[in-house]
Amino acid sequence: MLDSVLFYFFASIAVIGAVLTVTSRNAVHSAIFLITALLATAGIFLQLRAEFLFIVQIILYVGGIMVLFVFVIMLVNLDVAVRQMQFTRQKWVALVVSLALAAQVGLMFWSVRKMPGQGLAVIAAAPVESLKPNSEEVAKSLFSTYLLPFEIASVLLLVAMIGAVVMAKKRT
Amino acid sequence: MLSIGHYLFLGLALFVIGVIGVVTRRNVIIVLMSIELILNAVNINLVAFSRLYGDVAGQAFALFIIADAAAEAAVGLGIIIAFFRNRETVLADEMDLLKW
Repeated sequence: MLDSVLFYFFASIAVIGAVLTVTSRNAVHSAIFLITALLATAGIFLQLRAEFLFIVQIILYVGGIMVLFVFVIMLVNLDVAVRQMQFTRQKWVALVVSLALAAQVGLMFWSVRKMPGQGLAVIAAAPVESLKPNSEEVAKSLFSTYLLPFEIASVLLLVAMIGAVVMAKKRT
Repeated sequence: MLSIGHYLFLGLALFVIGVIGVVTRRNVIIVLMSIELILNAVNINLVAFSRLYGDVAGQAFALFIIADAAAEAAVGLGIIIAFFRNRETVLADEMDLLKW
């Protein structure tokens, strides 16, 4: 019961925040609404008992990436852009793409519902004593099964760091 | 009762909103923010399946996606700053030159 209430609370905040992110005129307002949506997603992670991802989402997404976004919005002069047209003339493309996606997933739901004995599985509430320490489990998985992807991710971050510095530095 | 469908539907809603933002907005910074929304929707699906099957692999992959999002944001915003320095615009449909 509590799970459902929390889910609907965070899900509605996330969806409203996402809609306002896409529709608001000012880029700073967009960033604030995106932060709201990301925090609500962090709440969904906590409701799914993924405590480590909850913390990572807040520290890294909201505290790192969104601060970077706000910095760039401040560096780039948006006064001219705000007064111009905000949307491209691709409304129909967007409509077709989103309808196709929704139809595809609707078809998936429909075909799963017809399967006997399967259906959409219910996420069972785990008893309190069987909950494992989440960070420990994630760390075990990252440093044993997914060690190679983990190391490759570090190389990717190094490449991104060098790339960002090279892109943003003044041309001499 | 929450089923996996609730989470998949939330992920679908965020994903579609993000796609609409990518296709329709002119401001490149907001397009990048919409891409972050899309990556976030994928994370919800991964964590929901991780909870359903009691396997932390989904959470590990969600961490990789967050690392990807950080790298993509850093490089994308660097490109935007470099472009703005040269052309004084952040509107996607005015970015039509490879070299100037």
